[in-house]
Amino acid sequence: MAGDRERLAHRGDAILSGRELTYGTGRETHLGPLDVDIRTGACTVIMGANGAGKSVLVRLLHGLVKPSGGKVLWRGGDMTASDRQRQAMVFQRPVLLRRSVLANLRFVLRVRGIEPTERAALEQAALDAAQLGHAAHRPARRLSAGEQQRLAVAQALATAPEVLFLDEPTASLDPASTLAIEAQIAAARVRGVTIVLVTHDIAQARRLGEDVIFLADGGVAEQGRATEVLTAPNSQDVRAWLTGDLHLIAGGQTKN
Amino acid sequence: MNTFWDSLAAAAGLILTWDPALVEIIWLSLQVTLTAVLIGCIIGLPLGAVVGAFRFPGRPVIIVALNALMGLPPVVIGLFVYLVLSASGPLGPLQLLYTPTAMIIAQTVLVTPIVAALTRQVVEDLNTEYSESFASLGVRRADRIAALLWDARYSLLTVMLAGFGRAIAEVGAVIIVGGNINHVTRVMTTAIALETSKGNLELALALGMVLLSLAFVVNAAVMALRASAVRAAYA
Repeated sequence: MAGDRERLAHRGDAILSGRELTYGTGRETHLGPLDVDIRTGACTVIMGANGAGKSVLVRLLHGLVKPSGGKVLWRGGDMTASDRQRQAMVFQRPVLLRRSVLANLRFVLRVRGIEPTERAALEQAALDAAQLGHAAHRPARRLSAGEQQRLAVAQALATAPEVLFLDEPTASLDPASTLAIEAQIAAARVRGVTIVLVTHDIAQARRLGEDVIFLADGGVAEQGRATEVLTAPNSQDVRAWLTGDLHLIAGGQTKN
Repeated sequence: MNTFWDSLAAAAGLILTWDPALVEIIWLSLQVTLTAVLIGCIIGLPLGAVVGAFRFPGRPVIIVALNALMGLPPVVIGLFVYLVLSASGPLGPLQLLYTPTAMIIAQTVLVTPIVAALTRQVVEDLNTEYSESFASLGVRRADRIAALLWDARYSLLTVMLAGFGRAIAEVGAVIIVGGNINHVTRVMTTAIALETSKGNLELALALGMVLLSLAFVVNAAVMALRASAVRAAYA
């Protein structure tokens, strides 16, 4: 099967894996059963149409929701609570406390158990990374949408996670803000952070993605290296998606 | 009509001359109610926050109970506390009946469910917004409650105000457990009830005016504070 193309190769160097993962409520199954692997140190892009199960999949991998079947493996073993502390997540709409920018950073560092003596340096580094040094004492929720998301990414990275999940972080941002967020993601990737990015923006997937997991109807339509999946897809779902995208880029040219 | 204007003028005179009898009553009222609100908040804020933030067995029952107790008539609370504190009651040996302490207990019983029920609502709404992020960060339970209470601080001011308003204005509970004893347990509301029935309208009116102004000032202060918080997107 097309989706299996890279899977066996991934297993050895996977930081996170889903095995027979299923998620459902009541008798209805929304996702799976599916097998996925997140390669250590790579940027994996999770794509698919609305309702394909992208958000559920990252929440399962991050441990925010419990699978109704199957399991999530961290470096090949069962994922524990302390493993989850090595992960961080950024949501589509930034979740910021009703406090100043600095107080938001402080809260994250404190609840993640960073020693008080180390906090000041990390706070400053995060402010710099988010380009928010000038706004440290401003109310976080008074920042622009782009600034808020920059802060959310910076504070997720402040505790040096091994895996960073991002659920459509730029879906409601303008191109300039998107660029800034992508720069933060790319910088984290260079430092060795494993990235799991949910997006339905093919251009973004091409810019950042090294691996692609493409979901359709709650299952994996295809997964593998981005260079292959996004250029020579094997599955009908990805082909249709790519064609739809080209169609848009071509400015209304009808292919069929 | 004359009595009305005469009484009003006399009442204003009492307030302006800082009449000792008046001041004594106001002072006791504030002491009793502020103490009751303080205790009510110490119990009600964390209780409401826990019920608002966590899911556990029996939670719906607690919510229904809190909401029901919120509407409990003060007279009934007065009766209940009276029975508990009376000589033959479980706390009879403490001899608290007809003391300010008894009034504080009654008003605490009145205020706590109000604070807890309203806090539950406020915290639950905020928790909906924060819960995924908190779960992702692995925020511990106690930290979670503290963070929710702190971030809801401006909404909770209104909650405390609701408790204060209810307690300072109630007459049914304090008159039963306090007995409206002059210089001992006479507060604004019980004094108004008594003086009005005696036809001594000056003192009653003066106290009424004080109560009104108090409500006005406290509300205005909280509103101003909230407005500045909203501007900073903290509320």
